[in-house]
Amino acid sequence: MTDATLKDTTTRRVSLPAIPVSVALAIGWIVAMLVIAAFAEKIAPYGYTQLDLRNRLSAPGNVAHWLGTDELGRDVLSRLLVSIRISLLIAFGATAISAIVGTTLGFLAAHFRGVVEQLVLMLTDFQASMPFLIMALAVLAFFGNSLPLLIGLMGLFGWERYARIARGLAISANAQGYAAAVRQLGATPARIYLRHILPNIASTLIVSTTLVFPEVILMESGLSFLGLGVQPPMTSLGNMVGYGREYLTRAPWIMLAPATTIVVTTLAVSVIGDWLRDRLDPTLQ
Amino acid sequence: MGRYFAIRMGRAALTIVLVVTFAFVVLRLSGDPALMILGPEAPPEVLAAFRKAWGLDEPIWFQYLDYFGAIAKGELGRSMRDGRPAIELVLERIPATLALTLPAFFFKVALGIPAGIYAALHRGSGIDRAVMMTAVAGFTVPSFVLALLLVLVFAVQLGWLPSGGQDSWRHAILPIATLSLGGAAVLARFTRSAMLEVLGQPYIRTASAKGVPWRKVVTSHALPNAAIPTVTILGFMVGTLIAGAVVVESVFAWPGVGRLLVVAVANRDLAVVQCILLLVAMTMVTSNLIVDFLYGFLDPRLRAKGAHA
Repeated sequence: MTDATLKDTTTRRVSLPAIPVSVALAIGWIVAMLVIAAFAEKIAPYGYTQLDLRNRLSAPGNVAHWLGTDELGRDVLSRLLVSIRISLLIAFGATAISAIVGTTLGFLAAHFRGVVEQLVLMLTDFQASMPFLIMALAVLAFFGNSLPLLIGLMGLFGWERYARIARGLAISANAQGYAAAVRQLGATPARIYLRHILPNIASTLIVSTTLVFPEVILMESGLSFLGLGVQPPMTSLGNMVGYGREYLTRAPWIMLAPATTIVVTTLAVSVIGDWLRDRLDPTLQ
Repeated sequence: MGRYFAIRMGRAALTIVLVVTFAFVVLRLSGDPALMILGPEAPPEVLAAFRKAWGLDEPIWFQYLDYFGAIAKGELGRSMRDGRPAIELVLERIPATLALTLPAFFFKVALGIPAGIYAALHRGSGIDRAVMMTAVAGFTVPSFVLALLLVLVFAVQLGWLPSGGQDSWRHAILPIATLSLGGAAVLARFTRSAMLEVLGQPYIRTASAKGVPWRKVVTSHALPNAAIPTVTILGFMVGTLIAGAVVVESVFAWPGVGRLLVVAVANRDLAVVQCILLLVAMTMVTSNLIVDFLYGFLDPRLRAKGAHA
């Protein structure tokens, strides 16, 4: 552990002042999104389902409705804020589920080897070889739709990457002195994996998270855009783009505001992810 | 070599079994088929007769095997909407989808691979940066946003092209452009990093150190080695030819397999969904298998490894 701590402090000293502007901007954007998600309904000038039938499809830029209104006179800004909350909730929930499921399966494979390992590897192969959108659509067709199901379903996205990484890293960690040492001291497998191996491989897993997270946002918005994800009256970013599509000629702002948010958010997470990977991933150094 | 192929074939078969199992489990978990078809008000004796007629009173593992038998015979059920066999409905949509995805595949390869190679060979140049920026944009801009932006510019503002439908070849331009741009960006990014990795290898340095002209180093040392990871992603793209245009077909009201899938999911037309799922699985597995075979030819090391695996 001393080695790791020493290395930590040295990298920290070198890296802290050198956050590139693009990464700082990306972090700023994500923080802003999180604040919006947390206080969406408090910041929003109107209720997201509140109708204003006299001001239907009004263009952005007026004082009452900064980002304009949609076909029912609902305030686009208020809807956007609530959509950000729902989309981020799904993306965070799903990313957390897939990271936990994938890492657990990877650890199980590394711990038991043999049949368990083959089974996990077979499942990762299977997941990686099927287009996720098709499987997600099949599940939605069979089970209908609800927010918990959607989060759970999106949580199946990307787990195979964590499983592969966690398995590989745990196998090599098991061969290292520190894991053997705590095992000799009588630690239970759960303790070895969670308290000792996990912190040591966390950086690589966090980098994978930044790769999966934007894809979850894109996948959810795609499903919602098709009308098969988040269902009205609830709203999400993809959902807004989907409804805005019908008013593309008369009121493109309905669709442009959420579309821009999706693009900038995925871009921001990718920028942070690339930067973190260069910083943290030991396999690239 | 034979062993390598045998293992790959076994894996492919296993994947198909997994997909069929997935379909079966999801189908059975989603509810009692007798209740779903006859409705909750059906009298119990009718339900019992229905279950008997369709083998639903048999043990679950028996039904599972039965399900395999039915699929092997191509009995994939009938659409709930018009009673036609699901497989027929799906097959007649395939040409429309291929009319988009095949040209798009061609453009992806023709744009993406050269751009990626060029960017890698001129790392840090203006063109490299432009390629990388486009590639990042291609990843972060979802296809439905790109599609709508293209419609906004070329159909609404300029009025050059139609915004949806399938009446002439002009209707195919925007959908193909949407598919190609996104895919080309992914491919360019992938090719670039594969190429950069190869260019950093010692054998490249050796080749140029012993005086091989740079052009020849690239064509006979770098490109064949960078081809291996690129073939993987190409294989995945071939596998998605059938159902890779779900979103784009929906935006442009293009009557292909993807649009059929979305409509079937919305209507919970299970037979059609299941049929498309299996068809996609077959295409994916076949193209992965072809990729594995190509690997065997491209990379002799894998052949050796396969023999031990």
